[in-house]
Amino acid sequence: MAEYLQQYLPQSLAYLTAALVHAVLILVVVALGTLIFIWLERKVSGRIQDRLGPTRVGGKFGWLQTLADGLKLITKEDLRPASADSMLFLIAPYVSLCASYVAYIALPFADGWVAIHLNVAVFFIVAVLGLEVFGVMLAGYASGSKWSLFGAMREAAQVVSYEVPLGICVVVPVLIAGTMDLVAIGQMQAGWFFNWFLFHDPFTFIVFWVYFTCATASVNRAPFDLAEAESELVAGFHTEYSGVRWSIFFMAEYSSMVVVSALAAILFFGGWNGPLPITHWLGLADSANPLAHYVANLLGLINFLGKAIAGVTFMMWVRWTLPRLRIDQVMATCLKYCTPIAAFGFAGAVIWTFLFPGGLVIPNKDWVVQEEYQLDEPQAQSAASTSAASTSPLAHADSGLHAEEHHGTD
Amino acid sequence: MATQTDDPRIIEFDVRTDEMLVNMGPQHPSTHGVLRLVLRTDGEIVSEATPHIGYLHRCAEKIGENLTPRQWIPYTDRMDYLAGMNMNLGWSLAVEKLMNLELPEKARHLRVLIAEMNRIASHLVGMGAYGLDLGTFSPFLYAFREREKILDLFEEVCGARLTYSYITVGGATADLPPGWLQKCEAFLDQLRPVIDEYHALLTTNAIFVRRTAGIGVLSAEKAIDYGCTGPVLRGSGVDYDLRRDGEQRYTEMYDGYAFEVIVERDGHYPKDHDYPPVPKTAVLGDCWHRFYVRMLEVMQAMDLVRQAIDRYSMCSGDWGTPVKLTEKLPKGDAYMETECPRGQMGFYIVSNGGSIPLRARARSSSFCNLSVTYDLCRGCLIADVPAIVGSLDIVMGEIDR
Repeated sequence: MAEYLQQYLPQSLAYLTAALVHAVLILVVVALGTLIFIWLERKVSGRIQDRLGPTRVGGKFGWLQTLADGLKLITKEDLRPASADSMLFLIAPYVSLCASYVAYIALPFADGWVAIHLNVAVFFIVAVLGLEVFGVMLAGYASGSKWSLFGAMREAAQVVSYEVPLGICVVVPVLIAGTMDLVAIGQMQAGWFFNWFLFHDPFTFIVFWVYFTCATASVNRAPFDLAEAESELVAGFHTEYSGVRWSIFFMAEYSSMVVVSALAAILFFGGWNGPLPITHWLGLADSANPLAHYVANLLGLINFLGKAIAGVTFMMWVRWTLPRLRIDQVMATCLKYCTPIAAFGFAGAVIWTFLFPGGLVIPNKDWVVQEEYQLDEPQAQSAASTSAASTSPLAHADSGLHAEEHHGTD
Repeated sequence: MATQTDDPRIIEFDVRTDEMLVNMGPQHPSTHGVLRLVLRTDGEIVSEATPHIGYLHRCAEKIGENLTPRQWIPYTDRMDYLAGMNMNLGWSLAVEKLMNLELPEKARHLRVLIAEMNRIASHLVGMGAYGLDLGTFSPFLYAFREREKILDLFEEVCGARLTYSYITVGGATADLPPGWLQKCEAFLDQLRPVIDEYHALLTTNAIFVRRTAGIGVLSAEKAIDYGCTGPVLRGSGVDYDLRRDGEQRYTEMYDGYAFEVIVERDGHYPKDHDYPPVPKTAVLGDCWHRFYVRMLEVMQAMDLVRQAIDRYSMCSGDWGTPVKLTEKLPKGDAYMETECPRGQMGFYIVSNGGSIPLRARARSSSFCNLSVTYDLCRGCLIADVPAIVGSLDIVMGEIDR
């Protein structure tokens, strides 16, 4: 986009405009996504629990219930406990939201539809998602409440531990693909559904479930929602929060849920590629016509969002079914089950990829013999430099550092 | 953390950890009302949990000294508000014992029927709320869905859904409405498969078992020492149920009813082939057993209700007429204990010959059951505190009165 604008605008202005457009688009996705997913959660839980869920605001299905609640939260008084560390208390929710928001920057919604085409997108997303814990810890520490402190300590222990198996799980598709570029990983899984990395070999299939467990834990969803365990810690780290600040925590939780589900969709479920190669049959994907390509991407976007929503819905289903684990059991699950299984899956995938690089089902795996995917280096770097000031140094450092590593290993 | 000592060259490095006092309640989501627990915690480990009560005290017993026994019935409803019928029954029996009143056969079966129905409702709440304590929300609503049907039935009987004042001195305030027994049977028929769902969601759920099995083990001796009763006592393996072992005036109500006391004997619960097996990790007297006893008692109560329906419909004659509101009481005192869903509920009445008793007192089961909290919670994790307190299934209205 920046290149296109450069034809009409000075370079700096072109990049700035492109960055703004991307940022606003992602913000819309995050805000709208949160609205929809909170509504969905209520409907799903209502369905599970033999209730109706919201039915009044916005017609029969209560579409606008979340919006109405949001308005109510905005009008609430901004309460701050006297014992709170004022500054940290105020910024904590935004730290959380920023972390999950920034992860969207590297997330491709369809083939090439990505705000910043990072060659280390997988690494970037996992790293940035891990930062969300800072907001929670700040909130717990700054609230000046013992319950909040308990919640924050639990969150710190849990999220830091689960980063390890999560990282191992994420490495498996990266290993098969040979790149950390999410767009490239998505392109490799084009075609039939058996090209998806989930069906690449039995180990990836196992690893996916471990990934999903760890992802649920790292975004603090039940049965791992210890940081805000209602029956134990009142509301955990956000006990003292109300109004807008509380809703920002909520947004952060839901948007990181979407990010981990979307990451699972790209890494294991073929991203924007549907189970059937419909775009190939229609001749859209291979067409030179940009409009055809656009339509193919639009179909891909629907696919991708469908998979992400399915992942989130699955998390909701789990939440409304299972009791909560205890903190020691959560840690034991991580150390005794998730990490070894992930490591086993990783080793297995290494061997399998060495022996059968084509995967489980072998029919025309054309990408195996495809030449190495060319990284779009200048675009990635320049776009990163124009993105929000807070993120660009990180993005720069990451892409620079790991681009080298990547080429080295190749 | 570095702390400076007197000698500036020596810097001490240590991590100082202190114990922390945390107030759990009275406004806490999982303390079942207004219980306040003061926890002394070392990190996540609870070294001491002291229950504080009295936040729901309404001077019910003092009020009882200014009202006639029948007028006090609505106050008994509000003691264990989840089992109002059983409370009415306990007080009515105590007064009847003082007055030496004999009831017709039909009233007896009506009372068994109603009391056991309320036991089902109460245990359903106990089960659902226990799920809530462990962080699962759905079983709570599934339980309330079924309880709602019982409340609908009760509403038809007496017009109230929570505070019934239905069973009264001398019988009940009204007979069962026509067609009610069929509705009741239909309800029991549809409840039976739902119980299996509860077992699937909670009793046999792997996370549930891990959260409850081996947690808060209450030995039989300790349970007896503390005066625990009801499912808490039977969960520890003590074979004691007032419906079988109680006073004659109470047990004769259950004469001819076939039921077995739900308690583990030689590693087996009665009729346990119908129920999910006891997990290997469960220890007798832990939270899981207390919960399990309650679940089995629901089945037992369903069985008793069916028997009561049969016998009630076979009886002809009177369902019992309530005594006059200002009936004179004979001089003397009477104490009567009944098996309520939460345990042994005792009522004591002293009369000097007037229509208003000189003293009216209640002995609540939840009070004694709660007193074991201090012992059980020592050394457990914070997350276990709701699990333990929830498994005792206390009702604060009954403790504070």
